[in-house]
Amino acid sequence: MRRALLIALASLGLMAAEPAPTPDQPLADAAQEARARALFRDVRCVVCQHEAIADSPAGVAADMRRLVREEVAAGRTDAQIRDDLVARYGDYVLFTPPFRAGTWLLWLGPAALALLALGLILSRSRRRAEEAAPLSPEEERRLADYLQAETVRPTPDATSPHDGR
Amino acid sequence: MIAELGAFALALALALAALQTGLSVAGRLRNSPVLAGAGQGAAIASALAVALAFGALILAFATSDFSVANVAANSHTDKPMLYKVAAAWGSHEGSLVLWCLVMTAFGAVLARASNLPFGLKTSAVATQGALSLLFLAFAVFTSSPFQRLDPAPFQGMSLNPLLQDPALAVHPPLLYAGYVGFSVCFSLAVAALIEGRETRLSWTAWGRWVRPWALASWAFLTVGITLGSFWAYYELGWGGWWFWDPVENASFLPWLAGAALLHSAVVTERRGALAGWTVFLALLAFSFSMLGAFLVRSGVLTSVHAFAVDPQRGLMLLAILGMTAGAAFALFAWRAPMLKSGGLFAPISREGALVLNNLFLTAAAGTVLLGTLYPLILEAATGQTISVGPPWFALTFNPLMIIALIILPAGPLLAWKRGDLTGALQRLAVAAGLALLFALAGWALFEPKKALAAGGLMVGAWLILGALAETAERVRLFRAPLAETLRRARGLPLGAWGMTLAHAGLGVFVLGAVVETSFKVEAVAPLSIGQEMRAGPWAVRLDGVAVVEGPNYIAEQGRLTVRPAQGSGRAKAVTAERRFFPAGGQTTTEVGLDFRGLDDVYVVMGERRAGEPGTVATGQAWTVRTYWNPWARLIFLGPMVMALGGVLSLLDRRLRLGVGAARRRKAVAA
Repeated sequence: MRRALLIALASLGLMAAEPAPTPDQPLADAAQEARARALFRDVRCVVCQHEAIADSPAGVAADMRRLVREEVAAGRTDAQIRDDLVARYGDYVLFTPPFRAGTWLLWLGPAALALLALGLILSRSRRRAEEAAPLSPEEERRLADYLQAETVRPTPDATSPHDGR
Repeated sequence: MIAELGAFALALALALAALQTGLSVAGRLRNSPVLAGAGQGAAIASALAVALAFGALILAFATSDFSVANVAANSHTDKPMLYKVAAAWGSHEGSLVLWCLVMTAFGAVLARASNLPFGLKTSAVATQGALSLLFLAFAVFTSSPFQRLDPAPFQGMSLNPLLQDPALAVHPPLLYAGYVGFSVCFSLAVAALIEGRETRLSWTAWGRWVRPWALASWAFLTVGITLGSFWAYYELGWGGWWFWDPVENASFLPWLAGAALLHSAVVTERRGALAGWTVFLALLAFSFSMLGAFLVRSGVLTSVHAFAVDPQRGLMLLAILGMTAGAAFALFAWRAPMLKSGGLFAPISREGALVLNNLFLTAAAGTVLLGTLYPLILEAATGQTISVGPPWFALTFNPLMIIALIILPAGPLLAWKRGDLTGALQRLAVAAGLALLFALAGWALFEPKKALAAGGLMVGAWLILGALAETAERVRLFRAPLAETLRRARGLPLGAWGMTLAHAGLGVFVLGAVVETSFKVEAVAPLSIGQEMRAGPWAVRLDGVAVVEGPNYIAEQGRLTVRPAQGSGRAKAVTAERRFFPAGGQTTTEVGLDFRGLDDVYVVMGERRAGEPGTVATGQAWTVRTYWNPWARLIFLGPMVMALGGVLSLLDRRLRLGVGAARRRKAVAA
């Protein structure tokens, strides 16, 4: 009884719980289909959580895929299709954010960060080019204390430039 | 009864954490080993109390005690035992107890560490106690998983079926061990700032003390993230393994900071230099962990990973983050100028290479942070909504990382203090040549031909071969008699093997990521029973479809055969399912995976639909999606090899947590 009930439930669930989205009809032209697929990766499914329409099982994503395919088939360029999507859904729809006032910091930030860090390092290394003084015997003794004189196995090639880690 | 015991144990743990903090502070101020010892005792007791609370929670889930609200909301009698237990950390409340458990357990290990000097240890135990205090208070006062329901419902609401998966059952504990493990690095850093020693030499020792904690946390985090990624790959059903989803980024941030910390701590330990920077990274890694907790639990993000959203809790977490990170960085700003880091160095040296590594890792972390938070901040400030997704990260994060990876193999070959770049490059010439050959072979063999992919293959091979070249150099492979090489290999410290493995593992990951991303093939077709479809070099035939019954689901199971489309190769049977969970009314996919060497053939059953007219007698067809994911194995194998490298380094006797060191010394003396 329970089993029959479950199966009935499941059949309902498997077949009717989601309205079956219109199955994807790939474009006949392979080059056009490839272009459409590349676009799918950059278009966000507007009702999903951080999913591209390429990946989303949602019905809305299927509709959006059809829309993109139609535009590709109609001969519109990638840039035109992106513009159409943005006009319809807003900037949010593209995973590539636009470059404009308000987002230039986002685009230039990483490079600025890397250059800043590089500049800091260069300025420091120029200022302190000289070699550090070796530890004094007193310091060596105290270091040994800190490390609680845990005996360290001597590395087999202590003379080698790379002696561990 | 068991729930009340759990609630009591959690409250007791909170009181004990308060005692731990108070006694340790008093012990430090009065220089009293007795008080400090009592604080350490409280730390251990606090961990035991949280363990008791966690045990009670697991018991409530295992026995399906639906009078406990959290169990009723997240479990179901039909679930297999593994997922009943795993549901204990499947909700916000339960996972917070797990967070506290890891935090107090690491605190207990810190309290047992015998190789730390009195002042530093007492301050660190006090700081760890204060952190535990805050998170336990958060758990007890706002997020207790032990609330009762009256009347108790007859049945539970069940755990999200997507999460009912072995990899995901163990993913949170490992991830948390990583996230929260960094709290000890944080505490040691705060303690070092409080103790404020000004001589270079104590920093050398501090670098050694902080490294094993950073290593352990980083290794846990690596495995945790990889398991999560693997789960997404085979459970979500579209073959993706990294989406630059904000929550993934939240786990990646502490990983990047932790990786930077590992490397910078080496410089601090070996050369007494970069002390301030290492302290900063130790503070940063755990601050990123807390930021991640805030992002995931507050509802500011929408993501598959986000817990039930609750702005109130978000505010509390933001307050905790502000208090702890704010206080720690303020302390840092005040004390950092007093840190005499000394240990000056030339740019071309081992330490110079490690500084460069840190530059790239932190710039990468900054990039991920920017990409994650920017849309939130922009929306809050101007109301404009944008999406920052994979294309942005490919243009910003990837170039930074690629430069870092190209430089990487030279680092370990440079000597401390003054390296010989020309010499290092000469010793890497063979590796570079082989990597180039590998890339050319890849260029010739993979279709379609992609120059970028060939470049990626070269980088991956360069990392692996470069790491091996360094080890070969150290054991004088082919330059000395074999016996001599073996003797040297045996004598090589475990830490050196660990480094080689970690760097080679990174190369393995790069190879997998490059090939999978560049050459994966996706095919969708409606298949009737007996029909076949093609995906790249593979042919997939639908043999039959049956309805099968699982413990808490009903599935439509497709039986399929995967075989090479051309030539004779072994045909393999796979099953792919669409599962329906009546308890939650949800449908999930269970992917059919055929492992072909390094490749995956990945089959997903779609909906049943009316067949094309006149094609099949039964008039039925199923949408079947097939992906050929070349070298996908390596994407998950690489990080595991990296984590193994971390574990090997941890086993190096020079890098012990210090627990039991006293016992070992005694044994030697006796």
